[in-house]
Amino acid sequence: MFTSFFYLLRARGLHVSLNEWMSLVEALEKGLHGSNFTGFYYLCRSVLVKSETDFDKFDGAFLEFFKDMEFATDELPKELLDWLENPADAPGTEFDMERAMENERLSQSEIQKMFLERLEEQKDEHNGGSYWVGTGGVSVFGNSGFSPRGIRVGGNGGQRRAFQVAGERKYRDFRQDNTLDTRQFQMAFRKLRQFSARTAEARTEFDIDETIHETCENAGNLQVVYEKPRKNMVKLLLLMDSGGSMEYYSRLCSSLFQAVSKSNHFKDLKVYYFHNCIYSRVYTEADLSPRDTISTDWILNNLSSEYKVIIVGDAQMEPSELLNPSYYSFGVRNDITGHEWLLRFKEKYPRMVWLNPSERPTWGGWWAKTYDIIHKDFDMYRLTLEDLNTALKKLMVSR
Amino acid sequence: MNTTFQGSKDYVASDELMRSVNIAIALQKPLLIKGEPGTGKTMLAEAISTALEKDLIIWNIKSTTKAQDGLYVYDVVQRLYDSQFGNEGVDDIKKYVKPGKLGEAFSSDEQVILLIDEIDKADLEFPNDLLWELDKMEFYIPETKETIKAKQRPIVIITSNAEKELPDAFLRRCIFHYIEFPDEQQMREIIQVHYPDVEEHLLEQVLDTFYWIRDLYNIQKKPSTSEVIDWLQALVLGGIDPDRIKEKVPFVGVLLKKNEDIDTMRRYLK
Repeated sequence: MFTSFFYLLRARGLHVSLNEWMSLVEALEKGLHGSNFTGFYYLCRSVLVKSETDFDKFDGAFLEFFKDMEFATDELPKELLDWLENPADAPGTEFDMERAMENERLSQSEIQKMFLERLEEQKDEHNGGSYWVGTGGVSVFGNSGFSPRGIRVGGNGGQRRAFQVAGERKYRDFRQDNTLDTRQFQMAFRKLRQFSARTAEARTEFDIDETIHETCENAGNLQVVYEKPRKNMVKLLLLMDSGGSMEYYSRLCSSLFQAVSKSNHFKDLKVYYFHNCIYSRVYTEADLSPRDTISTDWILNNLSSEYKVIIVGDAQMEPSELLNPSYYSFGVRNDITGHEWLLRFKEKYPRMVWLNPSERPTWGGWWAKTYDIIHKDFDMYRLTLEDLNTALKKLMVSR
Repeated sequence: MNTTFQGSKDYVASDELMRSVNIAIALQKPLLIKGEPGTGKTMLAEAISTALEKDLIIWNIKSTTKAQDGLYVYDVVQRLYDSQFGNEGVDDIKKYVKPGKLGEAFSSDEQVILLIDEIDKADLEFPNDLLWELDKMEFYIPETKETIKAKQRPIVIITSNAEKELPDAFLRRCIFHYIEFPDEQQMREIIQVHYPDVEEHLLEQVLDTFYWIRDLYNIQKKPSTSEVIDWLQALVLGGIDPDRIKEKVPFVGVLLKKNEDIDTMRRYLK
């Protein structure tokens, strides 16, 4: 009947499966849409869409497909609506395929015009035909019909209509390509798991195989054996840009930080802060107080290469801050550039990603310059749910 | 449809939610409920159970829960120990096979409501392990060579806090509903269900302040329904003058549970 809607949904990026489509058809047969368009909208949504992040895509596709039906039919005589809702008899005759094909070619305004004319002419109930407003036929007007296009006349009314609901697009905020908040971050970080039983935990899990073995060895006298539970082995090093141009993203970054620190499933978590770029020392607190710093060399020497590294920063700075030696050296002169420090991290830690809360700047020459240099050397991802998931997956596979 | 859900005495359900519940019941598919904490996901199952007068079986999921736990538990250790001391009935394996919550729901003579609460707490693979059981409403116990088949297909309600993505194969089999945070009008109804005699002026002040706080930009843990209900009660018991609620926000600790949030709110208050 409207299989093309199925393909439209798939084309718009909703992974609707045939199973779900069949469920919808079954539901329509059972009349679960309550014979009205709003019910139909909710029915489609609850059967076909399985995440609030996809509601917006669905609303968009729904509007696109059913936009012809937006024509308001509020001012219909009550008697007309009454018998449309409760047709006196079901249509027994075959329906007019030719007429149906013709109707398919009609434009929305033609249908509207015809509809108004027909309302003038028609004086009584009609079911199963191809011309009048009625039920079960191929006329472009009425309900429970088979015309490929047209105006649905009637419905329960009262509640908000499907178009108003879909038209509000109020689930836009849930789209996955939007930047995100703590809970979604946390969900994403759960991807960073690698289980192993090589831990120092107490033996608390019942080990069936060993119990059988030991019991046999023990001449059949029960000998229960426990093993160590499996634990996540992932160690994470998080380096966050703070202050300056990052102020714009402070809320987003603080959400990310909260999500990471709340994720208690890591074997070890180290968080350090830097300003613009990493130099000879990094800060241990986000307020970048010179009192709380730690030598960058210490990190490189003490944190083994099995740490997974996430750098969060906008990669936008004055080029000298990235490329000049000793730009920011805490009173210690050495000839290492910020860029060089970054590359040292890259060399030491094979599993490393760069998360960028900002897009590539389109204004101001140098901002884009440092962005491009860093982007060339690092796997850079936007700080959105979709990109974060890709980045974290990248962290889990070797190289 | 012989049984439809219309909300219950103590639970205010939106039209969309009632639709979804009835669709799930009619299609005999599990209903997956997602939503912010405090939107009454868990209470929904209780409300359905009351409204349709069916028993409710709750399966609370924890991070350690395995799919198997819901079907049945075979207490091997107990049996081994019993066998050592030659206890009676050791040869009867059925004595050591105990049904889990799902097993309980299947073997009930009457149709029941089965709530699988916070399914996202469990391991990532957990929902996949239940596909067959929820589809066919039956499972096999190899130990006793028995197939447990649902006498009456239970109405299955599953809640999730979106901590983890659920697998696609699982989602395809569910009816999905996302509970939005109630707007002011719905919140009014919800509160009136709990406190029918609340004074209109007080309620207005409380709701105004509540939504004002929720909309503050920097609030990390937004107060939810249960918190505003507690707050209202605190205000009533404390005999606070309704006109002072907006300027003072008394008993704010009931609404906001984080020091930072309280500080943020006070900053905006000035």
